[in-house]
Amino acid sequence: MARKTSNRRKLVMTILAWSVGFVIFFPILWTIILSFKTEGDAIKTPLQVLTSHWTFESYTLVQERSNYFRHFMNSVVISFGSVILALIIGIPSAWAMAFVPGKRTKDVLMWMLSTKMMPAVGVLVPIYLMFRDWGLLDTRTGLIIVLCLMNLPIVIWMLYTYFKEIPSEILEAARMDGAGLRSEILYVLTPMAIPGIASTLLLNVILSWNEAFWTLNLTAAKAAPLTAFIAAYSSPEGLFYAKLSAASTLAIAPILILGWFSQKQLVRGLTFGAVK
Amino acid sequence: MGQIELKGVTKRFGDVEVIPPLDLHIGEGEFVVFVGPSGCGKSTLLRLIAGLEDVSGGHIEIDGQDATDLPPAKRSLAMVFQSYALYPHMSVRKNIAFPLKMAKADQATIDAKIENAARILNLTDYLHRRPGQLSGGQRQRVAIGRAIVREPAAFLFDEPLSNLDAALRVNMRLEISELHQKLKTTMVYVTHDQVEAMTMADKIVVLHAGVIEQVGSPLELYRSPRNKFVAGFIGSPKMNFVEGPEAAKHNAHTIGIRPEHINVSATEGAWKGTVGVSEHLGSDTFLHVDTEFGLINVRGDGEIDLHSGDSVWLSPDLSQLHKFDAAGLAI
Repeated sequence: MARKTSNRRKLVMTILAWSVGFVIFFPILWTIILSFKTEGDAIKTPLQVLTSHWTFESYTLVQERSNYFRHFMNSVVISFGSVILALIIGIPSAWAMAFVPGKRTKDVLMWMLSTKMMPAVGVLVPIYLMFRDWGLLDTRTGLIIVLCLMNLPIVIWMLYTYFKEIPSEILEAARMDGAGLRSEILYVLTPMAIPGIASTLLLNVILSWNEAFWTLNLTAAKAAPLTAFIAAYSSPEGLFYAKLSAASTLAIAPILILGWFSQKQLVRGLTFGAVK
Repeated sequence: MGQIELKGVTKRFGDVEVIPPLDLHIGEGEFVVFVGPSGCGKSTLLRLIAGLEDVSGGHIEIDGQDATDLPPAKRSLAMVFQSYALYPHMSVRKNIAFPLKMAKADQATIDAKIENAARILNLTDYLHRRPGQLSGGQRQRVAIGRAIVREPAAFLFDEPLSNLDAALRVNMRLEISELHQKLKTTMVYVTHDQVEAMTMADKIVVLHAGVIEQVGSPLELYRSPRNKFVAGFIGSPKMNFVEGPEAAKHNAHTIGIRPEHINVSATEGAWKGTVGVSEHLGSDTFLHVDTEFGLINVRGDGEIDLHSGDSVWLSPDLSQLHKFDAAGLAI
């Protein structure tokens, strides 16, 4: 009897979970469907949309009007570049906070997190002016720097949580074995923290890839990543649903595929070291 | 090589002084064991020697050189940790090679030293394995191997056997003693287990609340403990203490008698009592006897046919009696 109830419960929970998943995924699914329709069909009622003719027309038009590959490369360089830079700064910082904490370490960590609570627009003007003066506007370097700074608190927090799980005796053993600070971090800490570093990298690449505020405000044409590519299709003279959907699908496809293949790492990353 | 000298070494964590000024000489090739109850500062003292903690005052000299401010890597000491502290991402070979790699030794030297260490420690068949695929004893041997290849001035062991099961602990204890005889290198060993201390040490340092209570050979400590603490800590089962009029008869505040120095008789003796719990091991019999002075532990050779509830007479061997004054110091 107990078994029966538990099975029914399982069925209900499964249906509920799938429903929630479907609701969350629906906007992406609808975008993908619309991208295969003509502009005329895309604005019809949902039933008419589904039954209307399927076409690659929007993709062809989007390709003709803009250079997808250039935006894609900008996105790759900016997101990976900013995260790798953040890791280069974050690994030694997290090492220091995890293994040689001072009285104020917790405060520093909280302060870093608090910067994420500040609305980005609050510092837009000063950063824009600095970028203008230093010639960083519309450059990949500029975006790498700004996105690195935006993600650094999350990178350091995630790494800090992972490093805390590593027994400090192992690092002490390395010190006794003659390893200097550099060797200790490079040969012992980093290889042991590879799973943590990988999920930190993945999560932050996704965050950088989808970042739209700074990428839209600090780029024009040369360094514009895929977020700017999508934005170019929401024009003031009217929305072109099909083309916008095609552009969006092209923009999210790479990161969606990356995310799909690295689900396990991501879940571990998102649980912040709670699961051993 | 391998002399360690501590001169007025102190350690404070914030306002708490865990080790008051302390002097100690560790001679070349000696096997010195720091023993004491948990929290007595023995591990902290070892970590100060290793350089993993900074001293708050005093000097540490290794082979006549002031090592007080040297980083751990520069002290030519090797340490074996309680948790083994092996590098989980490296094979046994790479674990053992790590200190040599850090010292920038050439590949031929590295290979030769690994082969030698693996042979000494019976690890030759396991060199390609990761630490996760080894048993506790094997892991401990890898940790020792990693220490051996450095050819350090002294080995530091921080409770290396406490993660092993009882049978393995006895084996590893022997192996470490044999290793000491083979290498003749200074070894400093921390344990809370006085049996380990008694069986392995040339010299035991008994610590209590950061203070050295007594330094001496195992038998010196057993025969002539300087105070009540050492008397109670060294020896198993613990020494029995009796206070009051019975002690006053011997002109002492407290008298101490070891369980193995009490004779048991069913008919006659000095102290009368009743057996509470009896433990029969075949080789020995342990009796916990309730007397007018409290619980007295007795250890007898072989089998003694006495059981719970039996009346017994106990006679302490007066030549083995330890006397202490009111401050707990031996008279």
